[in-house]
Amino acid sequence: MSSNRPIAPSTLSVKDLPWQIIWDKDKCTLCGKCTAVCPVNAIELGVFRKRTIETTIGLESTPSNDFKIYYGIRQKTDPAYSCVGCAMCNLVCPNDAIIPAKSDEADKLRYHINQGGQPRRRGGRRSTPDSLLDMIKFIRISMLTDPALDAGRHEFELTTLLGRILSPEENLSFLNENGWIPPVREIYPLMIGGMSFGALSPNMWEGLQLGVSYLNEELSMPVRICTGEGGCPPRLLRSRFLKYVILQIASGYFGWDEIIHDIPDMKEDPCAIEIKYGQGAKPGDGGLLMWYKVNKLIAAIRGVPTGVNLPSPPTHQTQYSIEESVAKMIQSMSMAWGFRVPVYPKISATSTALAVLNNLTRNPYAAGLAIDGEDGGTGAAYNVSMNHMGHPIASNIRDAYLNLVKIGMQNEIPLIAGGGIGKNGNLSANAAALIMLGASCVQIGKYIMQAAAGCLGSETDRCNICNIGLCPKGITSQDPRLYRRLDVDKVAQRVVDVFLSFDTELKKILAPLGRSTSLPIGMSDAIGINDYNAANRLAIKYVV
Amino acid sequence: MCRLFAITSDKPLSPMKAIEALDVMREGHDGSGVGIFLRDLGGPFENMKDAPILSGVFSEKGLRRLDTFMMEIGFMTKYKLSIKVPKTPPPWVPKRDIYLVRAYEYPEEWDGLSRKELNERLLIIRLQLREMGEEKKDMIVFSFWPDTIMIKEIGSPMDVANYLKLDRKELEARVIMAQGRQNTNYEINLYACHPFFIQGFSTMTNGENTAFIPIREYLTSRGFHGYMGYQSDSEVFTHILHYISAKLGLGIEAYKHIITPLQNEDLKDHPNAFFLKQLKHSCRRLIIDGPNCIIGCLPNNTLFMAQDRKKLRPGVVGGKQGVFAFSSEICGLDAALPDRDKSKDFQPMHLDTAIVSPERQEVKICRQTDQLPLPL
Repeated sequence: MSSNRPIAPSTLSVKDLPWQIIWDKDKCTLCGKCTAVCPVNAIELGVFRKRTIETTIGLESTPSNDFKIYYGIRQKTDPAYSCVGCAMCNLVCPNDAIIPAKSDEADKLRYHINQGGQPRRRGGRRSTPDSLLDMIKFIRISMLTDPALDAGRHEFELTTLLGRILSPEENLSFLNENGWIPPVREIYPLMIGGMSFGALSPNMWEGLQLGVSYLNEELSMPVRICTGEGGCPPRLLRSRFLKYVILQIASGYFGWDEIIHDIPDMKEDPCAIEIKYGQGAKPGDGGLLMWYKVNKLIAAIRGVPTGVNLPSPPTHQTQYSIEESVAKMIQSMSMAWGFRVPVYPKISATSTALAVLNNLTRNPYAAGLAIDGEDGGTGAAYNVSMNHMGHPIASNIRDAYLNLVKIGMQNEIPLIAGGGIGKNGNLSANAAALIMLGASCVQIGKYIMQAAAGCLGSETDRCNICNIGLCPKGITSQDPRLYRRLDVDKVAQRVVDVFLSFDTELKKILAPLGRSTSLPIGMSDAIGINDYNAANRLAIKYVV
Repeated sequence: MCRLFAITSDKPLSPMKAIEALDVMREGHDGSGVGIFLRDLGGPFENMKDAPILSGVFSEKGLRRLDTFMMEIGFMTKYKLSIKVPKTPPPWVPKRDIYLVRAYEYPEEWDGLSRKELNERLLIIRLQLREMGEEKKDMIVFSFWPDTIMIKEIGSPMDVANYLKLDRKELEARVIMAQGRQNTNYEINLYACHPFFIQGFSTMTNGENTAFIPIREYLTSRGFHGYMGYQSDSEVFTHILHYISAKLGLGIEAYKHIITPLQNEDLKDHPNAFFLKQLKHSCRRLIIDGPNCIIGCLPNNTLFMAQDRKKLRPGVVGGKQGVFAFSSEICGLDAALPDRDKSKDFQPMHLDTAIVSPERQEVKICRQTDQLPLPL
């Protein structure tokens, strides 16, 4: 830009962007791989003019200018093309000549990323790396009076229950009187949460399903995966693997025409039905699949036209209250499968969660409650929803559990916790902490994308472009040129790796606490935190 | 670790029999306390099987408050065992005014009440007394139940027994349970001392139950006033036993299925697989996580021993027709019943419950993999 030209308000320099491309001219071979791979076209081939002044010694000749050009990489500063820091350029560069670096100060792009009046939308999760779950320590170590167990050799029963469990009195009397005993599934306490076919690429979806099937069939680990709101491929609906799948229905009802029509052809019942009322990452907001990702396949499975935005309404339009919801939706879903399949709602963590929970306690068909905290991830949402809306999971789950204890129903309605578990890589510690706060089971989404498929997204706003279908790893893209980068079998293998290592780590936590006979749900005496107010709030020990 | 000893005998025995067995096992306990439970009483209590007996520790003032309270309800003292103690207690034993063992006549207005109603009222009175005592720190109540005496004190079992002169002839019973050592994870408190008692059920345990907090939460949320206290993690074993029996109508054979249910592999081949799976699900919050060896007594004077799933605690049952003993260590059993056939000693493993019924003919071993007698 010329110095005497007027500048537009959104004219930014490279320095103003969150990521600066560091490019080394000496190492660069000009192969062009980086510019080809960049998902947002943030870099392009640059032609640089360079003037060299040739000075001479003595007076015989005068200094001269030598004008040359060289070719290299130029970073665009248009907000629409700003670098997202994914570092795919670095991944493909044969000479390590290029890398994005995070700006040393807060970027100015954030003030301009609403061009045309459209606020920023993105994927990922809340842009805050801190985690209360990481602060929780396991403090009740078995010493002498009850020897610590050998995590490697001792037997452990780590399964949990999903489904409405009767009180012992009711159970015995229903057994006697041939009453209806609600379906209950024994499952692994770490579940893959709802990520839709559409939000995820076909390869990613298939890899996850394959991994889950392997865990069940070959390793006898009853791991379950939720479909998210996007329907389910008919081939899976009609396969025996459906029993490892939790079908999700949400306010857009995408794909449910196909599912309902397939019921007569199902060889197995699904594990459960999850009714999504809310999502932790964007509470009070419906699902969103942006038009970029709605190709022919996705449109067919969801029963919609191609190339249109698919925003789900924030609420189920057929219902105006929780009573309606419970009465109509949970019961009709139960009825659809002959009352053989547990049906439970999933809500965003909220200060009103107890009202929902208390309502569920009075409905014998409610099979549990999933609560998704503010640190949950999403494929697409408004940045403001992700960063500022929502309730932390720890206190919400704890309140819900203690509420159930108060009314004596802690065994009857399993609580499923989600949102930010393993946010900083501490998957098993975070999961165990939530279980000890009262969760029966935990759900992960973002973590499995990171661990099983190499998702690059971060809480310092790296990549996070899942919404526009340009995922450079092919995880959340519907473009075959992108998703063929992802090897289905290798994703499956990583899923298995994650669950096996989680299993070992969970045992490494439980064994020193002396727990092996059952999952330590609500074992709050085992945990402590070095924040006095947090300890009081969670009714756990304050330790310093 | 606590040392446990229990004996059931056709002939009434002195509690010293159990104390002596504990003393043989003294290497294993720290002498910090003793608890004794006596049932199917002999001596002067033989002829008053239906009279509720109050056992506890009182100060002079507490005793006066007790008398006023009991008289107001209409209870009349029928018989009392006076335990006078020397002026100076042995080391570690606190100075107390009165160790009370007193049998009462029911109030006249209670005539004609059903057994169930009587049981409820006796429990309520015990809890009221406990609350009164905790308020003024002048009474500690262990049991208020027919044909039942409990004595608990801090100190070495033998010292305490000599100090309280437990070898007195008025004190004998056909069923005796005794435990040496207090639960020392918490403040030393007589309410933390095993055996624990509720409405005819009593248990004592060694080891620590690491699932204590969720179980306590579950029991206290059952809406039953008797499920309280929990100064010790072992109290939940007594209350679980009471819950499955009094509230769910299940027998002792089901106890292990509640506290340590079979794993799915074993469950699927079990003749009662469906029933047990249901039980495992609905009673999931009562699953213990030991290591624990539990010795207990049922209202009909059946004695039993069960181990947790880990089976990391010792425990042995032996004896002969007419007398059987349960001990946390073999040396305790040897001391009490040296002339038994040792080849018939049995150490219950992770699936077993050893049961001696009041007829005292044999040790019945109930394995969890066996068919469950279901009167349901």
